[in-house]
Amino acid sequence: MRKYKEQIMSVIFLIAACASILAVILICAFLFINGIPTIGKIGLGEFITGKIWMPKVEIFGIFPMILGSIYVTAGAIIVGVPIGILAAVYMARFCNDKVYKIVKPAVGLLAGIPSVVYGFFGMVVLVPLFRSMFGGTGNSLFTASILLGIMILPTIVEVSESAIRAVPDSYYEGSLGLGASHERSVFFAVLPAAKSGILAGVVLGIGRAIGETMAVVMVAGNQAVVPSGLFNGVRTLTSNIVLEMGYATDLHREALIATAVVLFVFILLINLCFAALKKKENI
Amino acid sequence: MGTKFKIDNLDLYYGKFKALKDINLDLPEHEITAFIGPSGCGKSTLLKSLNRMNDLVEGCKITGKVTLDGEDIYGDMDVNLLRKRVGMVFQKPNPFPMSVYDNIAYGPRTHGIHNKSQLDEIVEKSLKNAAIWDELKDRLKKSALGLSGGQQQRLCIARALAVEPEVLLMDEPTSALDPISTSKIEDLAVELKSKYTIIMVTHNMQQAVRISDKTAFFLLGEMVEFGKSDDLFSMPQDKRTEDYITGRFG
Amino acid sequence: MEAVKTMEKTEEIQGINKVTFGQRMKSYKRTPLSFVLWLLVNAAMIITVVVLFFLIVYILVNGIPNLTPDLFDVKYTTENVSMFPAIINTLIMTGLSLLFAVPLGIFASIYLVEYAKRGNKIVGLVRITAETLQGIPSIVYGLFGMLFFVGALGWGLSILSGAATMAIMILPLIMRTSEEALKSVPDSYREGSFGLGAGKLRTVFRIVLPSAVPGILSGIILAIGRVVGETAALMYTAGTVAEIPSNIMGSGRTLAVHMYTLSCEGLHINQAYATAVVLLITVLLINAVSSFIAKRITKG
Repeated sequence: MRKYKEQIMSVIFLIAACASILAVILICAFLFINGIPTIGKIGLGEFITGKIWMPKVEIFGIFPMILGSIYVTAGAIIVGVPIGILAAVYMARFCNDKVYKIVKPAVGLLAGIPSVVYGFFGMVVLVPLFRSMFGGTGNSLFTASILLGIMILPTIVEVSESAIRAVPDSYYEGSLGLGASHERSVFFAVLPAAKSGILAGVVLGIGRAIGETMAVVMVAGNQAVVPSGLFNGVRTLTSNIVLEMGYATDLHREALIATAVVLFVFILLINLCFAALKKKENI
Repeated sequence: MGTKFKIDNLDLYYGKFKALKDINLDLPEHEITAFIGPSGCGKSTLLKSLNRMNDLVEGCKITGKVTLDGEDIYGDMDVNLLRKRVGMVFQKPNPFPMSVYDNIAYGPRTHGIHNKSQLDEIVEKSLKNAAIWDELKDRLKKSALGLSGGQQQRLCIARALAVEPEVLLMDEPTSALDPISTSKIEDLAVELKSKYTIIMVTHNMQQAVRISDKTAFFLLGEMVEFGKSDDLFSMPQDKRTEDYITGRFG
Repeated sequence: MEAVKTMEKTEEIQGINKVTFGQRMKSYKRTPLSFVLWLLVNAAMIITVVVLFFLIVYILVNGIPNLTPDLFDVKYTTENVSMFPAIINTLIMTGLSLLFAVPLGIFASIYLVEYAKRGNKIVGLVRITAETLQGIPSIVYGLFGMLFFVGALGWGLSILSGAATMAIMILPLIMRTSEEALKSVPDSYREGSFGLGAGKLRTVFRIVLPSAVPGILSGIILAIGRVVGETAALMYTAGTVAEIPSNIMGSGRTLAVHMYTLSCEGLHINQAYATAVVLLITVLLINAVSSFIAKRITKG
C-alpha cells in the first residue's frame, strides 16, 4: 500500500515538473500557429519591412514598431546601464553596512513597483516636465527611454552587484599592493573580472525593456510611424498589441498576434544570449 | 647596512583581540629578513602593517610608529605611494584575469605611464628580473590564468617589480607551490636582494635557513627573538625559540 | 574584571592606521581619476535612491488626500469610480493564481531536488523552459491566455482565465525559490528520517518541506507582488469590467488594470492617484514582509 502511494506521488511530482515544459510548448504552439500563417498571408517581407500600418485598409507593416522597440530599448540601456553598473559598484565596494541596509531594500522596492505605477508616474511627472523643457507633447521616445531606464535599473544593479561580489578579493588586494587607489583597483582590476556577469545583467535588462508594455504605452505617444526624432512619439511592438487588441477583428487581430510572434522571437534570442553568458560565467 | 624599516612600540588590535604586542624591530636594507613562528603568531599581520594592507581589515587598530627611511608611514605619507614603494607578493599567486603583458603593465599604467615603447621596455625588464622572460616572451598576449602556479607566482613578482619598489614583502610566497617552483622563487629572492630589501613570512624553517640573512621569531603576538639567521638557528637565545626550531611545538 | 578593563581600553585607543579625510583628499589630488570615479559611483547611487524616494513621496502626497471613503463603496458607478470591486477582484485573482501555481511549483521543485537523478535529461529541459518562461513579457502571456484559456478552452474573459494566465507567469518564480529552499535543507535531516525507517514521501512532507517553508513563503510573497502589479497579461484575459463578478467565470478588473483604465481615460486622475497609493502601499508591505522572512531565514 505504502509502496503504491510512493509511486503515485513520484509520478505526480514528475508531471508537475513537466508543467513548465508544457507551458512553453503551448505558448509557442498557440502563438506560432496563429501568427505564422498570418505572416505568410501578409508576406514576410511586407510585414517586417513595411513602413505603413493601416489596419482599416489592411496594410500591415510593423517596421515602425520594430524600430520603435529597438530605439526605446537602446534609450533605456543608455540611461539605465551606466547608472545601474555604477550603483552596483557602490553597493558592492563602496558603502558601509549601515548605508547598505538602506540602499539594498530600496533597489528591491524599485523592482517591486508595478509597471502601471511607473507609467502613471511618467504620465503625470515626466511628460509635463519634458513638454516644458523640449516642447512637443512630451509623449516621446525620450520620455519612454528615461522611464524604461529607471525600470531596468534594479535588474542591472542586482545582477551586476552579485557578479562584482563574486570576484575573488585577491584581485583587489593585488591591485592595492601595486599602489593603485581603492577606486582604481575596483574599476580596473575587479570590474573587468566581473565582465560577463555584468553583461548578463545588461542582457536581462534589454529583455525587460523590450517586453515592457504598460509603462511605455502611457508615455510614448504611440504614433504608428517610423520614429522621426528623439522628442517625437514612438510605438513599440508591445504597445501595438495592447492598444489595438481590444477592438481588432479578423486579419487585423491576426496581424497583432503576428506582432507578438516577432516580439517573442526577439525575446527568445535575448534569452539565448543570456543563457550563453551565464554558462560562460560559470566556467 | 642601513635600516629600511624601523618599527617602534607597535601594538595591533583586531577589535578586542591584541594580535601584536609591543613590537620593536629594525629591518636592514638589502637583506632578506624572514619572519617565522607558528600560525596565528602575528607574523603575517606584522608584514601587512608594513604596507598598510591591514587598513582593509575592519576593526583593526594600530598604535606605535613605523618609519620607512625615516618617514612615518602612518603619518603624512600617501598610502598608495607607500604601497608603490613597498611591493607585495601574496601567499596564493593572484595574477589578474588579463594577458601577461597587461598584468605587468597594470602597475606602471596606474602610476601614469601610457607610452607604448616605455611600457614594452618595463614589461621586458620586469620579466627578466623575475627570471621568467624566456618562458613567457612568446605568450605575452595570452591570459595569465593559463600559466602554472610557479609561473604565476613569478609573474606576480615581476608585476610587483614593474612599479620599481624599494621593498618586497613576501607572504609565504611558496606555500602553494611544488618544490621545483619553490627553489626557483628562492633563487630569485636571493638574486633580488642586491637591489631590493626583502621581508618574507615563511612557515618553512628550512627556507628561512637557506635564504634569509636575519630572522625574527614570533609567538602569540610577541617578537621573541631577532638576529642573524645563522646564529638564531644554531644557538637560539630564548628557550621558546629553541623549542620551536627543534620542533617541540607548532 | 580583568577582561572588562582591557575592553574599555581598546575602545579608547586611537589607531594610527585610520585614514583621515585630509589624507584622502591629498591622495585624490594626486590621482584625480580616482576622485572622479568616487564621485560617479556616489552620484549613481544617489540618483537611484532619489528617484525611488521622489516617486513614492510624489504619489503618496498627491494620492493620500484623494483617498476618500466613497472610493471604497461597494459599487462602481461612472460618477464614483470606486476601487472596492477592483480590490476584491485582485484578492480573488491572487488567491486563485496561487492555488494553481503554488502546489504545481512546489511539487515540481520537489521532483527536481528530491527525486530527479543526476544527469536526468528532463531536469535540464525543465530548467531551460522555466528560464524561458521567466523572460517572456507579460503582454505575450496576455495574448497566449486570450488565445488558449479565453478562446480555445472557451472560458471567456473571466477571472479564471486571468488567474490561469497569471499562474503560468508566476510558476517559474515559485519553482526557483522553492528549489533553492529545498536545496538548503541539510542532508542530515533526510538521512535522519530515513534512518528511522520513514519512506521517501514521508521524509519529504514531514521533514524536508517544513524546514523549507520560510524560503518557499518568500517566493510566494514575491509572486503575490507580481499578480497584484500585473496589467498587460490581464486586460485581454480577465477583462476590464469594474464589478465583482458573481463567480470566477465572470470578468473583472484588478486594481492595476483599474488604475490603467482610469489614467488612460484621463477623467479621473485624482482617483488614479488614490489607486496608485493603494498599489504602492501593497508593494511596500509585500517587500517588508519578504525581507522580514529573508532575515529569519538567515538567522537560523
